[in-house]
Amino acid sequence: MFDLEVLVTTERERSRKRGGLALGDPAASSGLRFKNRRPEVPASGDNKVKICHCFIRKLLCCSVRLNPDATFLSGGGSFKKGKSKEAEIKRINKELANIRSKFKGDKALDGYSKKKYVCKLLFIFLLGHDIDFGHMEAVNLLSSNKYTEKQIGYLFISVLVNSNSDLIRLINNGIKNDLASRNPTFMNLALHCIANVGSREMAEAFASEIPRVLVAGDTMDSVKQSAALCLLRLNRTSPDLVPMGEWTTRVVHLLNDQHLGVVTAATSLITTLAQKNPDDFKTSVSLAVARLSRIVTSASIDLQDYTYYFVAAPWLSVKLLRLLQCYPPPEDAALRSRLTECLETILNKAQEPPKSKKVQHSNAKNAVLFEAIALIIHHDSEPTLLVRACNQLGQFLQHRETNLRYLALESMCTLASSEFSHEAVKTHMETVINALKTERDVSVRQRAVDLLYAMCDRSNAKQIVAEMLSYLETADYSIREEIVLKVAILAEKYAVDYTWYVDTILNLIRIAGDYVSEEVWYRVIQIVINRDDVQGYAAKTVFEALQAPACHENLVKVGGYILGEFGNLIAGDSRSSPLVQFNLLHSKFHLCSVPTRALLLSAYIKFINLFPEVKATIQDVLRSDSQLRNADVELQQRAVEYLRLSCIASTDILATVLEEMPPFPERESSILAKLKKKKGPGKLPDMDDSRRSVNGSTDSTHSFTDVLNLNPAPSSGANLLIDVFSESSAPAAATDVSEENFPRFVCKNNGVIYENQLLQIGLKSEYRQNLGRMYVFYGNKTSTQFLSFSSSVSSSDLNVHSKAVDPVIEGGAQMQQILNIECVSDFSDAPVLNIQFRYGGALQNIAVKLPVMLNKFFQPTEMMSQDFFQRWKQLGAPQQEVQKIFKAKHPMDTEVAKAKILGFGVALLDGVDPNPANFVGAGVVHTKTTQVGCLLRLEPNMQAQTPNGNAAPPATDPSFPFGAGLPGSHLGICSRCRGEQGDGFVGLKGTWPKSHELKVAFDLASFLPPDGRVCERLLLRT
Amino acid sequence: MQFMLLFSRQGKLRLQKWYVPLSDKEKKKITRELVQTVLARKPKMCSFLEWRDLKIVYKRYASLYFCCAIEDQDNELITLEIIHRYVELLDKYFGSVCELDIIFNFEKAYFILDEFLLGGEAQETSKKNVLKAIEQADLSYFSFSRGWI
Repeated sequence: MFDLEVLVTTERERSRKRGGLALGDPAASSGLRFKNRRPEVPASGDNKVKICHCFIRKLLCCSVRLNPDATFLSGGGSFKKGKSKEAEIKRINKELANIRSKFKGDKALDGYSKKKYVCKLLFIFLLGHDIDFGHMEAVNLLSSNKYTEKQIGYLFISVLVNSNSDLIRLINNGIKNDLASRNPTFMNLALHCIANVGSREMAEAFASEIPRVLVAGDTMDSVKQSAALCLLRLNRTSPDLVPMGEWTTRVVHLLNDQHLGVVTAATSLITTLAQKNPDDFKTSVSLAVARLSRIVTSASIDLQDYTYYFVAAPWLSVKLLRLLQCYPPPEDAALRSRLTECLETILNKAQEPPKSKKVQHSNAKNAVLFEAIALIIHHDSEPTLLVRACNQLGQFLQHRETNLRYLALESMCTLASSEFSHEAVKTHMETVINALKTERDVSVRQRAVDLLYAMCDRSNAKQIVAEMLSYLETADYSIREEIVLKVAILAEKYAVDYTWYVDTILNLIRIAGDYVSEEVWYRVIQIVINRDDVQGYAAKTVFEALQAPACHENLVKVGGYILGEFGNLIAGDSRSSPLVQFNLLHSKFHLCSVPTRALLLSAYIKFINLFPEVKATIQDVLRSDSQLRNADVELQQRAVEYLRLSCIASTDILATVLEEMPPFPERESSILAKLKKKKGPGKLPDMDDSRRSVNGSTDSTHSFTDVLNLNPAPSSGANLLIDVFSESSAPAAATDVSEENFPRFVCKNNGVIYENQLLQIGLKSEYRQNLGRMYVFYGNKTSTQFLSFSSSVSSSDLNVHSKAVDPVIEGGAQMQQILNIECVSDFSDAPVLNIQFRYGGALQNIAVKLPVMLNKFFQPTEMMSQDFFQRWKQLGAPQQEVQKIFKAKHPMDTEVAKAKILGFGVALLDGVDPNPANFVGAGVVHTKTTQVGCLLRLEPNMQAQTPNGNAAPPATDPSFPFGAGLPGSHLGICSRCRGEQGDGFVGLKGTWPKSHELKVAFDLASFLPPDGRVCERLLLRT
Repeated sequence: MQFMLLFSRQGKLRLQKWYVPLSDKEKKKITRELVQTVLARKPKMCSFLEWRDLKIVYKRYASLYFCCAIEDQDNELITLEIIHRYVELLDKYFGSVCELDIIFNFEKAYFILDEFLLGGEAQETSKKNVLKAIEQADLSYFSFSRGWI
């Protein structure tokens, strides 16, 4: 019937002779076991109609021309790709048109045809084509009483979930009917569909029904199994909709069920539930131990079909062991010893000779073993078990199965963090180092690196670090950065003498300079600065390292910094005299990037202070056109400023300004933070004790934190070098929240919120009542891609939903992200946008405070004069009023002030205030929970514009009609500001909830002045 | 388990089963990425790899790759045997299964998977019971459809 048959007969014959299952190691049989032949109708099933076969065959013929020698249908070299794809699409379009006309035709289709066409649609969809019709026909199939029609209907729905609400209702209806049908096969289909789709709508409709099905006494076993896992799926997707209740205790007792399939399904459900509510499912522990004990002590044939390759119920055992990991070791002594016995039995079995040579036997047995070891590690309370586990894993480290070696390395990582087994793990160090050198699979080598990192302590640090360094020379590029971080951390953590540390890091830069992130070299500088015993050595070593004809830019950075600080410590030696040092650094200058050059310039000015004898040479360099007229603003400015400083400042001033860097305050290694981020939480062995002191003097009183903190440099001259980072390489590791441009957004919604050398972030926002939408535009200013770009918004008070963004921004391109914001109640902290991306190998972190303030949720309110004053007077209570007076920086311009007030969000009410010079506004702040009306007045103090020292206080001023309501203290403020140009007042009134008012008002007040133009004396009432 | 994919050596997806809600676009992206990663691996390499924050367990049977994504806490070896048990089930049902069976009878492949795994967890590990359920369904189809065959 099929022409394929001829082509594959030989193959079939061959595999028949081989006999048995067509399974097993594909490599061993040159890929023939899963053999190739025409699908055959099973002996019992001549009646199985293959509805799509003809169509599928035609499609296959479109895409593949068969070759008699080809082992596999789709194999062989005779692809005609371009043409065949076309043919496939043509064929599919023809078929789609046909189906569409059948569905639309006048004649009602019988169930069989409907099923046939729905099935074809499904197939086309699974080939990767879009399907936009047929959903209704599929839903119709649900109500068929023919099982296969129903089945295809359900399959279509499971695969092509449609959020169309009408359809969902119909689907749910079909499911409901089947659930109520008491026909177990129908019920199973319905439950499978719910579990597969798992949507919220379905959870709403069925989450309360399914527990009843699950625990009902007369439910068939197979239905119970489906119901348990269906409930598990719903609990994962919509936990809030799955009601806990009386059924939970009955679910636990399913662990005792006769039917092992029911126990298997129920254990998964209980584990998921117990992770969330451990207390409710405590009783499951004793039942699980009892069940496990029965399984591990059973003879391999006892469990009949649940025995898998001579291993008793491996899936159930793994699940039970997993469930036990939700709890601490049992307190009850008898239970505890029974569990220990189980675990011992499992460990013993690992030593027994295998009952079968099949890999399935050893896999199933070891799956249970690894899960048991995971439980032992989780309990972390039985030293003997831990050590036995460790020894067992040690055997696996040299096993011929790659999979086992991989898992042993992985599992040992967690064992290494237990105090009981740390020493035992260490005994395998040589094997692991050997694995690092000989394993052919990079993922296994990666595990070996992880394990070496985890087993490292003071006793073996030097050896492990040396091995990692030598591995780094040949390591795969994909894991180099991680190894660099690990080496840097271990070197710091276990450094006994810091000369070793300095050597290690310099080696690191030499071997893998490109993978040494900013954090690593910042850290070495922090440590050298804080430890005065290592400074001379560091200076000598970097000086020597810089002698190499080609050295990495990171080394130049470290060298420039350290020689600039401590070059004097080695200047006594004529081979490293000041001039030699300077010439050495300057020989690298032209090969370096702008940030490094900037750093070198700072090093030069420090040289001028350290070594007066090279002052003239350095001044010449600074004076050269390539510096003074450098196209880069930063370099030019530095050259000009440093040159000037060196010319005019006296030696004393120079010495003060260019003083040695003060020690850094102690903090957690930022490298460690970076590694944690890279590996994700929980994946890193416990390294908390890495907060070791690297500090010479811990009582440092200097105001700045460290190089990584990158605050804009304080004015103190001692921070000159810090300045290097804050200006040019700040984006590299900025973890500070940028709020520089924040105030600009008080009265407007669009503009640039953040910009550095790499990235520009623009905002466009719109607000309606308590909702806002913000469009964030990320502009890549470089010509290189940003990789692994991700952004998240953290907000304590607002609901902010950010749409996912593409992880790549091409050079010069812009990407848009949409944030939806909901104001729940009054708030004072603005949300923070955290951005992370990779630029040229270095990870960049940027945090920007987003300009979402309470006033964004203002809705302007128009109001008549009379209303306004009536309300204004009602709001006289002290907690309802905020006022602030401050001085003008610019003359008041009416139009500008109006625009600002409108931008602030309130309605500007014309002709309300008797004094035309005053501005009056009204608005309502919308939050989800409440609405707050607000009145606002800005009163420019015209009196103050005259330079008259004796101007009357505003309260008695005719332009101050509300002045009488002001408490005296404000008069004090007024008079203090008297004589300033363009003084103004803003009164803000409102019924603020809680005692939030003052804060809000002063926030508002503080918003206004930085813009500089509106009000210079802002009076807000509370 | 988060999802299971079956694809051929040429990278053609033959079966996909997702146990976590994802958009079609994401699914396509994940599939493309994973197929590429897995196909690039050499035969003697280990069956596990870390991918994003998931663990991938895969095994090749003749021309087909069976590939599962599991979470950090899940057991790799038992997942490997889940794959094997599924292949055994297919094999028993189709009688010496091959890639073409899964193409021609994709719906059956899905039904068998649903009987074996549900919501990403093993539902019924007994081969006999799973096949009984499937065959029962086939029989009921037979009895219902006798009228028109």
